[in-house]
Amino acid sequence: MSEDHVYMTLAEGHEDDSRWAYGTGFEDPLHGVDTTVPDTVDAGELAALCVALGDDALVSAQRLAEWITRAPELEEEVALANIGLDLLGQARLLYSRAGQVDGTGRDEDAYAYFRDAADFRNVRLAELPRGDFAFCVVRLLVLSSWRLAQFERLLGHPDPVLAAVAAKGAKELTYHRQYAAEWAVRLGDGTEESHSRMRKALDKVAPYLGELFTACDVRDEVVAVLRQVTEEAGLPMPAYRPSSGSGRAGEHTEHLAPLLAELQGVARATPGATW
Amino acid sequence: MTTTRLAEDSPPESPEELQAHFDATIAHDQRIEPRDWMPEGYRKTLVRQIAQHAHSEIIGMQPEGEWITRAPSLRRKAILFAKVQDEAGHGLYLYSAAETLGVDRAELTDRLIEGRQKYSSIFNYPTLSFADVGVIGWFVDGAAICNQVPLCRSSYGPYARAMVRICKEESFHQRQGYELLMTMMRGTDEQRAMVQDAVNRWWWPSLMMFGPPDDASPNSAQSMAWKIKRHSNDELRQRFVDMTVPQAEKLGVTLPDPELKWNPERGRHDFGTPDWDELMRVIKGNGPCNAQRMERRRSAHEEGAWVREAATAHAAKRARKEPAA
Repeated sequence: MSEDHVYMTLAEGHEDDSRWAYGTGFEDPLHGVDTTVPDTVDAGELAALCVALGDDALVSAQRLAEWITRAPELEEEVALANIGLDLLGQARLLYSRAGQVDGTGRDEDAYAYFRDAADFRNVRLAELPRGDFAFCVVRLLVLSSWRLAQFERLLGHPDPVLAAVAAKGAKELTYHRQYAAEWAVRLGDGTEESHSRMRKALDKVAPYLGELFTACDVRDEVVAVLRQVTEEAGLPMPAYRPSSGSGRAGEHTEHLAPLLAELQGVARATPGATW
Repeated sequence: MTTTRLAEDSPPESPEELQAHFDATIAHDQRIEPRDWMPEGYRKTLVRQIAQHAHSEIIGMQPEGEWITRAPSLRRKAILFAKVQDEAGHGLYLYSAAETLGVDRAELTDRLIEGRQKYSSIFNYPTLSFADVGVIGWFVDGAAICNQVPLCRSSYGPYARAMVRICKEESFHQRQGYELLMTMMRGTDEQRAMVQDAVNRWWWPSLMMFGPPDDASPNSAQSMAWKIKRHSNDELRQRFVDMTVPQAEKLGVTLPDPELKWNPERGRHDFGTPDWDELMRVIKGNGPCNAQRMERRRSAHEEGAWVREAATAHAAKRARKEPAA
């Protein structure tokens, strides 16, 4: 490496290359995928599905971002950021697809920054406040298992774009679930305090489980994962009951609006700006 | 690679011989490796410098990390999220490099939290707008590159190797920061004003990142002799100014220094004197955000204690079970 090269050339030759700094990797998961909506697919339903799955991912990524500089160990800073980035990447692809198929031509930022809480379709578990690390682990375990089971079904979706997003996402979610499961076992088994915090976290998650299975019935897969992990961790299975509200219908807790106010504040305060 | 490593069967060398080997390794620009003998002062200086560098990466996550949840586009959010994650990764490599010198990460973290070790003064300034994210990339990562690229040739092997990887990522971050500013400068008047305001606030603190002037830098001479450090503070500061001026012109911002001008005789820029009293105040803990930065780091560490204890307890239980299995 020439000593000054990287700095000297900073202002040269890449100002038109506006995409070079795109996320963490340059691999385009949609490379070569036909973006035409197949005749057999209802465009409205497809767009709604993409928005709902995108909202789950964006809201989860926002909660994970809140852990940055607050994680219990540096390895966890790196891992939680990694998971947040994966989910953010999924949200971007899903919103872009929704904009292509719903006829509005909206871009990813239109969905993320210029809809209000009542228009978001994420499940309510995703929007609950950050909580402690036990809650972070339990929520991640549940949501990643649930999302992975959905993505595995979407691998065969007639829309080739959604199927490609699911193929990329399934690999990421497998890692998220693994990470959460390992921590669930460590914390369930570790000390009295960690065990008790995990029990509380499971209690906190329980009322929101029914909603997940109403939104997408992959109950068997999720319950199988939770059973295996809780058994290994020496923890009780969370009791779930039928849902009494649904983020998928735009019914949210009081926690979503402040989350969105933070997420959207700068973008909304500077109309006409380009970033 | 080093020629000074003792062969397994060689007889113990005298202190004079060990010192002579060490001196010869340094003189020949070869690397000292963890197994090599080294003077205690060299080891201590390295521990101090590497730890301070690691702490800076970790504390440095805070000013920018504040903006991940507020970034005004999803693309900028992803870039910033990834950058702050890289900083945590840099902290990890650097703590690992320090561990090769016989200290451990937990001990270094305690020294930071107890205020016994420092981090870069630059991170004690607030980030007031999203333009700050771009200016930090341009100036702060830029200054870090000026400081760190020569460290890729530092005499201590593990540190030099960590710096190679870190410098590559820092240069990526710097380009991302500059690209954000370019985009903002092509945007609205309000955005251009945000960029200029951020430049005004970060310019002088960035010049201070190179440390006090050479005649007031107590540890520099020995570090240069040991080739832990390769260039003086003032030399690096001058390079930074010379490289940044044309970039500022291209961007269309004014650097806030009326004395800044090209000196054709020297072939370099003349520039004003940073407020060294301010640097001393910030280093002593009285900058705008010192208390806030330390409080965040301390509370994350304390709130995470039960998690680390649980992981240790679980590992111990596993270890007890396994031999019986």
